[in-house]
Amino acid sequence: MATRNVDVAVVGTGPGGYVAAIRCAQLGLSVAAVEDDRPGGVCLNWGCIPTKALLRNAEVVNLFERAAEFGIRLAGFEANYAEAIQRSRRVADRMSKGVEFLFRKNKITLVPGRGVLKSRDTVEVAGTGGNETIQAKAVILATGSEPKSLPGVPIDEKTVISSNGAVRSERSPKSIVVIGAGAVGVEFADVYAAYGAQVTILEALPRLVPIEDEEVSKELARAFRRRSIEMKTGVKVASVTPGGPGVIVETDAGKVEAEQALMAVGRGAKVTGLGLEALSVRLDRGFVRVSPRMETSVPGVYAIGDMVGPPLLAHKAMAEGVVAAEAIAGRSPRPLDYGNVPACTYCRPQIASVGLTEAKAREAGREVSIGKFPFTANGKAVALGDTEGFVKVVADKASGEILGVHIVGPEATEIIHEFAVGRTLEATLEEIIHTIHAHPTLSEAALEATLGALGQAIHI
Amino acid sequence: MAITKVVMPKLSEAMETGKIIKWLKKEGDRVQGGDILAEIETDKADVEMEAFGAGVLRKILVSAGEKAPVGTLIGVIAEPAEDIAAALASAPAPAVAAGAGAASSARKDTRPEAAPVPPTAPAPGQPLRPAVVSTPAPAVPAVSAGAVGIPAPALTASTAVATGRVKASPLAKKIAAQTGVDLRLIRGTGPGGRIIRRDVEAATVTVATAPVTVAAAPVTAPIVPGVEYEDRPLSQIRAAIARRMPLSKAPVPHFYVTSEVAMDRAWELREELNALEGQPKISVNDFVVRACALALLKHPGVNASFQGESIRVWHRAHIGIAVALEDGLITPVLRDSHAKSLAQIAVEARDLAERARARKLRATELSGATFSISNLGMYDVTEFSAIINPPEGAILAVGSVRRVAVVDDAGLGVGRRMALTLSCDHRVMDGAMGARFLQDVKRLLEEPLRLLV
Repeated sequence: MATRNVDVAVVGTGPGGYVAAIRCAQLGLSVAAVEDDRPGGVCLNWGCIPTKALLRNAEVVNLFERAAEFGIRLAGFEANYAEAIQRSRRVADRMSKGVEFLFRKNKITLVPGRGVLKSRDTVEVAGTGGNETIQAKAVILATGSEPKSLPGVPIDEKTVISSNGAVRSERSPKSIVVIGAGAVGVEFADVYAAYGAQVTILEALPRLVPIEDEEVSKELARAFRRRSIEMKTGVKVASVTPGGPGVIVETDAGKVEAEQALMAVGRGAKVTGLGLEALSVRLDRGFVRVSPRMETSVPGVYAIGDMVGPPLLAHKAMAEGVVAAEAIAGRSPRPLDYGNVPACTYCRPQIASVGLTEAKAREAGREVSIGKFPFTANGKAVALGDTEGFVKVVADKASGEILGVHIVGPEATEIIHEFAVGRTLEATLEEIIHTIHAHPTLSEAALEATLGALGQAIHI
Repeated sequence: MAITKVVMPKLSEAMETGKIIKWLKKEGDRVQGGDILAEIETDKADVEMEAFGAGVLRKILVSAGEKAPVGTLIGVIAEPAEDIAAALASAPAPAVAAGAGAASSARKDTRPEAAPVPPTAPAPGQPLRPAVVSTPAPAVPAVSAGAVGIPAPALTASTAVATGRVKASPLAKKIAAQTGVDLRLIRGTGPGGRIIRRDVEAATVTVATAPVTVAAAPVTAPIVPGVEYEDRPLSQIRAAIARRMPLSKAPVPHFYVTSEVAMDRAWELREELNALEGQPKISVNDFVVRACALALLKHPGVNASFQGESIRVWHRAHIGIAVALEDGLITPVLRDSHAKSLAQIAVEARDLAERARARKLRATELSGATFSISNLGMYDVTEFSAIINPPEGAILAVGSVRRVAVVDDAGLGVGRRMALTLSCDHRVMDGAMGARFLQDVKRLLEEPLRLLV
């Protein structure tokens, strides 16, 4: 068996792994990256990126439906779902090739195959082109996560599908039950509804996107209702069985029949079959336990991304990848501020948030002041014809500290960052309001909401 | 594998220097990430220090019993074969051995480690530690000098130097303004030494109130023949008090109002309550806390802070209760005292005091008081006055309950009397306002059933 000697072996090339590999290379370390699928991992190939392509399609379909509003008469149009999927594949391919390019540029060796940790400095790869052993001074595990299902409900990717099946299937169902109203659930609900499916969302908790601010959930539910998406919240799924048009979902609030069911009940860390048990790498509730430097309980073995725990977000994984790489290179990386990781959901209206929800801030005993500004009062949003939603700022009453910001509406996911930067710099409401915001922009809603928290909003 | 530099960790927000109590690993021991390397004494608690890297503990640079500022290299972990010369090169000059000073070696109870002394004020007989004096962040030299607790004469010099731009986040500045913390005296832990929120919050924690007219009885030290004097290093808390108190006494115009309270009925009521089975034991101070809490709600003008261009009036009474420790004073906060019964106050105040003595208080329990009480009653003190703990607007100094001759309608008798002295910030209130508040406290204590309803 061939043996390769490197400074760092990275197992998994999703957003955490490939960023860690590149940062290691930048710091002068030799790197081998092991991947059993395509470079870029779930995010680039089967998650974030292709779904964003599909959601863009959904948005375009919706604009075509609204063409008359803009004075454009269409003799009719056909939205072909298979072609939407094909477009999303081209987008994903391009991004995956981008990772391969970056690896070449940084002289990172891509080792195709499945990596297993044999000891703290040895990774064995069962590859398509033969097996090999990688000897490394440090190992970074970045194997990510995979969709979970409900107990007793197998995912066959035909009638009961996960996001893995959903991004691959060129056939859009006439009806679908989406089980789980987190980011994955509401994004697919949006896409399927745009392509004409009768969508029913089931959520065990009392509201859509339950980790977001309550008012955001309400606004999203209102928007979905307008688009005839059915929502049942606070319901427990009892069983999912074949039958009817495809699948019958029994709940404690009646049954729902549809062609397909999409399981979007969360993701679990991929920690089995990696050799972690034999090395006694310590786990904590199914995730790998790591220090603030991302080192596991086994010295020299690092872990990053979804496999080390929530939030299961690509950008969190990337930031952790940088920390791990710098720790290995002997730098003293600044540990992540997990309280300041923005969360983005790309359904329409988009959702973005950072920091504490109003309820969490109050729970923490903070005396808060709230500023809220609707996009209906924002010139740019009106011009775009995209006025759903609002910006909500939660601040500490005494100090003006920005405790949390919750945006639902057009380009919410782009607007959020001024608050993330502000929080990193410990800006208060004052610094935001004294920053001149260009007119007309959607970001003016951020300014106005901030003014609102100080009781000084101009445009409402 | 990389060389891991072990530095004095910042174990609490307020921590500036730490003392190694003992090393749990010795040079040559193999360590793994997560192993406990040493026990460290901070200003608030004794804490275990974990290893971050793995390898062999090759070198210990600061031995047990010695102190080092946060961030100082105190050890090196590396594989046996690795060259650690470069890592060691960044270490401070070796510290003078414990007890090297002539005077301190003569005394057993002298702490071996010397407090950092700036070169301008060297104390005779004390080891001078250049490593400490040349604190990090050259951009803010005066700030770091102030932060390690320097004697009064040097303070003026250092503040004068520090009048330049202070690097601090907007949030840190705002909280500092609200809590009366002087940013020039804080060392920043943000990027490039920037003062950030946690630095200011840590600074508000170390504030303690100190009585002025009567010092707490010093621990009587046995006279050692042949030694004329000794210089005792400042404890962490003493250094914090030394740093903070001039910041109160000088800028805050104090005035004092004193009143005598007849404690006969309160005394009887207390004895009656304490005779009840299953009830918490209630102290005289608990009565005073309860009376103040109720009176503060009625006189919000006393429960107020000076804010430069406005006065912040609090509608909740968070009362700081000064607790004497061997090496200083600490003021844990009894939050929402106004909403608590006498029994609740008794239980919580005792818990706070006990944990204060054990140095087990959380940072949040040491900040946010709107008013403070300092009680020296147990030392047979007739009366005294206390220094206000900014940004609070007032502090009540409580003397002993004494049996004195009193004249009333029936003639001459014996009664129990207790003196209360209120120190007030004249920027916030006037004499009459303070007097009315004190009158109410007196009335509540003299008609103590009011404290039960």
